[in-house]
Amino acid sequence: MLLKLFQFTLSGLTIGSTYALIAIGFSIIHNATGIVNFAQGEFVMLGGMFMITFYGYLKLPMAPAFALSVFAVAFIGMLLEKTTLRQSKSKEILNLVMITVGASIFIKGLSMAVWGKNAMTLPPFSGEDPILVFGAAIMPQSIWIFGITVGVVAALNTFFIRTRTGKAMRAVAASRRSALLAGIPVNRMIALSFFLSGALGAVAGIILTPVTTISYDAGVMLGLKGFSAAILGGYGSMIGAVAGGLLLGVLESLGAGLVSSEYKDVLAFLILLIVLFFKPAGIFGKGALRRV
Amino acid sequence: MIKNLQLCVFGLVVFILPLALRNNYYLMALNIAALNVMIVIGLNLLMGYAGQISLGHAAFFGLGAYLSAILTTTYGFATWPTILGAMAITAGIAYIIGIPTLKLEGHYLVMATLGFNVIVYIIMIQLSALTGGPSGFAGIPRLQIGGFAFDSDRKIYYLFWAVSIGVLTLSLNLIRSRAGRALAALSHNEVAARCTGVDTETFKVKIFVISAAMASLAGSLYAHYISFISPGSFNIFFSLQAVTMVLVGGMGSLWGSVFGAILLSLLPEVLHGVKEYNVLVYGFILMTVLMFFPKGLFPAIRSFGAAVVRKKT
Repeated sequence: MLLKLFQFTLSGLTIGSTYALIAIGFSIIHNATGIVNFAQGEFVMLGGMFMITFYGYLKLPMAPAFALSVFAVAFIGMLLEKTTLRQSKSKEILNLVMITVGASIFIKGLSMAVWGKNAMTLPPFSGEDPILVFGAAIMPQSIWIFGITVGVVAALNTFFIRTRTGKAMRAVAASRRSALLAGIPVNRMIALSFFLSGALGAVAGIILTPVTTISYDAGVMLGLKGFSAAILGGYGSMIGAVAGGLLLGVLESLGAGLVSSEYKDVLAFLILLIVLFFKPAGIFGKGALRRV
Repeated sequence: MIKNLQLCVFGLVVFILPLALRNNYYLMALNIAALNVMIVIGLNLLMGYAGQISLGHAAFFGLGAYLSAILTTTYGFATWPTILGAMAITAGIAYIIGIPTLKLEGHYLVMATLGFNVIVYIIMIQLSALTGGPSGFAGIPRLQIGGFAFDSDRKIYYLFWAVSIGVLTLSLNLIRSRAGRALAALSHNEVAARCTGVDTETFKVKIFVISAAMASLAGSLYAHYISFISPGSFNIFFSLQAVTMVLVGGMGSLWGSVFGAILLSLLPEVLHGVKEYNVLVYGFILMTVLMFFPKGLFPAIRSFGAAVVRKKT
């Protein structure tokens, strides 16, 4: 029984890592612009799709295929901001949020036209022989997922704390007006935040695809999971996003293993609704979520 | 007075239209449009007048449809009381969901209602013993009143449009009432509304419940009309379609909603080959309308028309 719990926790942490990446993407855009980007899940789907195209069909080596896919989705993210949100006549938050909703189904429709309706998958990055740790089996792909997530989070952390651009982005998050007065190119920072979110989503999609599968309509679900993770941890906080992602992954895996696997997707939203009800600021939030 | 005149003219047009239509296919499309009008009016009350948003109305539409289908077909309840019962149950669920989520700012509400829609969709698929699962639920009885059966598209047409005009009339009255003015204040500035003594929280939940009930009514009628339902009709894409219809018609304009619902319901029927790329088309319409006509396409057309008329005189 204990072993089973350990096994569920491990697989939960694997999936949870990708939720964490998606959640960070939500947070970065939220901090830069104050909106919820509904197309975040589509970035994840696109990441998986591009990787399948570059690696599976065009037979590029793994590393360049990975880099190209991440860059492609990051570019699409930036394009999304430049061509739609920035051109919008009304800058009201809800209007901008709904534009991202429109963009998300637009991307979904395009993906269906390009990649078709079937679910596709990728081979694991390195073999399928499970590694035994204290009697629990870990797939090598899980280690890849962990490793890449830790690497990405560490790199982002350094970026936000050490580099000038990272500091500028945090300044925009703190106060857009003061940042503008201090000479920070706010618009460029906003575009950059979409670029980063696109990249994060793509990474999540690429590492997740070998474990599950990916199809044109997978984005909504993944986006919602990432959002639930972000809310659970405290919206806009990076530690919160990571903690929320891992916690959601574990809860979901335990729920699927011990209660019912059919309803595992329901669990994430029940958690979301419960958090919204009792502690909308999340675990690490500082009450920043404004209730009206 | 003018409002009543508009309603009369609209009613007359709706009444005469089928006499000119020989093709049942168009009647069927118009029947679906009538149902969409009900949903979109309800959603617009929420979006345009209470300033809230819901991407979960397909769930309420689906709840109405499935509750009606299951209660009448499996358990043999009478049709009309079941439709009212389904509305009451859906309203109750909306009340429970609405209390926590309507306290939040708009975009969290968007996500929460979207999540709710996904939950309901999954339950429809997984609870196959009751709902028939992914393959759907067939054999739902047709509507009838007394001995009169609504067994043709034409008869259904008059029934649906009568109900839909009824919903429109009630909604027009609602927004002209004291409660309607309170809602208008709420949608402009929630804090200011509360300062003038409007119980904003109760109003938001109430309007959410009312619009959910309207969607449920449309769902029940849909189930009894098509007599077959499957979860695919109630996924979040339909919620998005409804929101797009509201936005095209313009938030806060009920006539706009009628226009938006009819236009977007008939559009795929008119443009052949579009159905395949429905998702793409809706995404594009939603984005462009929001970007260039944030107040809606219908109000933009109307003010353009007014400007043209002014120039001529």
